[in-house]
Amino acid sequence: MKKALQYILIGFSFFNIVSCDKEIVENNAAFKALNPVDIDEDAGNWQPVIVTSATDFTLPAPQPTNSAAYQQELQELKALTASLNAEKKQIINYWKVGSVLRWNEIMRELVAKHNLPPYQSTDNTYPVPSAANPFAYPVFPFSNPPYAARAYAYVSIAQYDALVMAYHFKEKYKRSAPYQVDASLATNVPKSILPAYPSEDAVVAGASFEMLKLLFPADIDYITKMAEEEKSYRLWSGANVKSDIIAGDSLGRWVARKVIQRARTDGMGAAGGNQALWTKLEDDCKAKGETPWYSLEMPKRPPMLPSFGNVKPLLFNTTAIPDLRPVPPPSANSEQMRKELDEVLNFTSNPTRERMRIINFWADGVGTYTPPGHWNAIATEEFMKKQFSEVRWARNYALLNASLMDAAILCWNTKYYYFNARPCQLNPKIKTLTGVPNFPAYISGHSTFSGAAATILGYLIPERANDFETMALEASNSRMFGGIHYRADCQAGLETGQKVGAYAISRAKTDGAN
Amino acid sequence: MKKTFYAILFKSIFFSIAFIPILVQAQTEQDALMMGERRLCVAGTLSYNSWTNYWEGTHKRINENIGQVSAKSAILMLNYGLNSRINILASLPYIKTKATAGTLSGLSSFQDVGLFVKWKPVQLNFSEKTFSVFAVAGFTTPSNNYNIDFLPMCVGLGSQVLSGRLIADLQINKFSFTLSGAYLQRNNVRIDRTAYFTDHQINSNEVYMPNAGNFQLRTGYRSQRFIAEAFADKMTTFGGFDIRKNDMPFVSNRMNSTKIGIEGKYYLAKMPVLGFHAGTWHTLAGRNVGQATGFLAGVDYIFDFSSKTANN
Repeated sequence: MKKALQYILIGFSFFNIVSCDKEIVENNAAFKALNPVDIDEDAGNWQPVIVTSATDFTLPAPQPTNSAAYQQELQELKALTASLNAEKKQIINYWKVGSVLRWNEIMRELVAKHNLPPYQSTDNTYPVPSAANPFAYPVFPFSNPPYAARAYAYVSIAQYDALVMAYHFKEKYKRSAPYQVDASLATNVPKSILPAYPSEDAVVAGASFEMLKLLFPADIDYITKMAEEEKSYRLWSGANVKSDIIAGDSLGRWVARKVIQRARTDGMGAAGGNQALWTKLEDDCKAKGETPWYSLEMPKRPPMLPSFGNVKPLLFNTTAIPDLRPVPPPSANSEQMRKELDEVLNFTSNPTRERMRIINFWADGVGTYTPPGHWNAIATEEFMKKQFSEVRWARNYALLNASLMDAAILCWNTKYYYFNARPCQLNPKIKTLTGVPNFPAYISGHSTFSGAAATILGYLIPERANDFETMALEASNSRMFGGIHYRADCQAGLETGQKVGAYAISRAKTDGAN
Repeated sequence: MKKTFYAILFKSIFFSIAFIPILVQAQTEQDALMMGERRLCVAGTLSYNSWTNYWEGTHKRINENIGQVSAKSAILMLNYGLNSRINILASLPYIKTKATAGTLSGLSSFQDVGLFVKWKPVQLNFSEKTFSVFAVAGFTTPSNNYNIDFLPMCVGLGSQVLSGRLIADLQINKFSFTLSGAYLQRNNVRIDRTAYFTDHQINSNEVYMPNAGNFQLRTGYRSQRFIAEAFADKMTTFGGFDIRKNDMPFVSNRMNSTKIGIEGKYYLAKMPVLGFHAGTWHTLAGRNVGQATGFLAGVDYIFDFSSKTANN
């Protein structure tokens, strides 16, 4: 009561009557220009994820800096850097924070924008978004958590592989940055001693453009605009000459096409399943004497991506999945399940504000960047403090997002293998404090994602490992507090995620970046 | 001086709109009635409203995953007459929400504390006609840190609102015409997450709340002991964004509504300190709100401190 009074009094006294300034300052507003403590000049020797070798691509040797062609480019650059208007300066200030970071933010935005389940048709069936016709309703894609996890992973990997190759060529050709060649050039980014050919920004722009065009085709205009602005920014800021940009762009796109070849054959195309499969999942569950999951949505919606569990993982072989898949959940009629149901009912019947805060903080549901996006946001804040080089930003995101994609695969595999019911299906008295996802309960997606992310992030930033673990546990519990998962789902999810994270760690130990 | 005793009646409260009412405070703040000097009216009201149809932007739909969403409220209001021209009002609702279908849990909690100062600078009396002008300054603030990130089940929007209202009132014999307009300056709110999507991604827990306007026309019969009025009410949010198809509602949506309703009030002849009020309303049109229909009923009791002072 006293606290409430205090709250009201503070409210009354602090209302900002004079200032009508309600502008929002975003978390990323204070990010500083990329200025790595270690430029990782040997990154050309790091191990790429999908591209087999940096030498697969033939990047033509650049013109030397004393050539007439280069001097001509330099003169053009001087003209460009001397005529910057406010809009160009704003674009420079946006991109100089870091290419990989900005594309990660753009990706999170695209995921949030497209994370909407389609509205039913008049016959109570649900239309499926079509990549062949992305602009028509329902707009392609529906970027639900598995879709998002895979998108984040492929884009991050394309950026990383492309940068590894770029660093290889930088070292090979050793062409200096224009501001090193001509000290009188006006420069709007921190100067680096890293060779400038090919431009790492153009590499990332090219790779991101090709990947995102495939993954979010309806946003082609926005993606094109961002990629073009990024390439222009390198010229306007005096960081690269045009031939650095052109070479980088073509290299980035080439790598993206390699990644796309892998993506096209990873099994995602069949992940949605069909009526025969949905029926079979139900029948198989019944045959085991268990209570099968059913959609709690009205009208009933087909389960989300039931065959996503068969998508080809990045960090381990498909053959490892049966061993990684956790033991069965408590049987629907068991004493253990009754206890777990009671626990969930107790949470939802007595919601505290603190538990609702935790539920909301980790909800990452419809219209958000999903749990994988949330962990990317968490990682971004941490990476920022470390002042990584572009290539290390890319490598760390690639490790994180490969873990998140494989966590999604393993989690979805488990969900549809056991096909068990959500708490509120078994006990309708349970009313949820967040939306009920349209797929089976065991194991919790949030827990699996969070276990995987916290494990690899704890390796990358050891001093924060305990905090990541605490966050993962909170994310996991949030689903139980919200009434949509049992304790068994959460615990097994965390443990399974941690196993995926361990694969990422063993990759990180041998990728040459340590 | 004209002694208004019965006409200081407390007006009913009603909840403007739901998803969540922007104007949650008392109708009193919107009416053309004043409490006499050193009199305190204490009113208790029970209110219920519900909706099945709602608007996602301009797309009207039902949703079998929530069925009918209802809000039950109990509201305590105080109205004190500093003098016959200046009144001070306070209000606090307790609200409980519920959905009849699907799995979403209802929420319940105290909502926003409101404080209003109502001033009548102009009163012109002609034969059988009275023209008055009122100005009302108001401030509402959440009484606690209730959950605002679980719409449509939340009890409120959690925004502090500073409001200014002008009321023009004409009474001809027993017939009244009241026109009023208010501007609501709404403070930004903070949600429990660090990023959200409106029509673009915003990496912050702070949410920009667009300001809002309210316009109201009331007319009916008004005597010292009995009031019966019909009203039309329009709430407009200046900005905000539309709920996308099949998306969840959000605290900073552009919430607009047009409602009509009737209200009545009666003070007992034998015990004039005791009164009753009741009302009902229906939403005709809206945007990013539920098409709510509601009713309310309550009791008013007037304490007169002026007579006691006179005896001292």
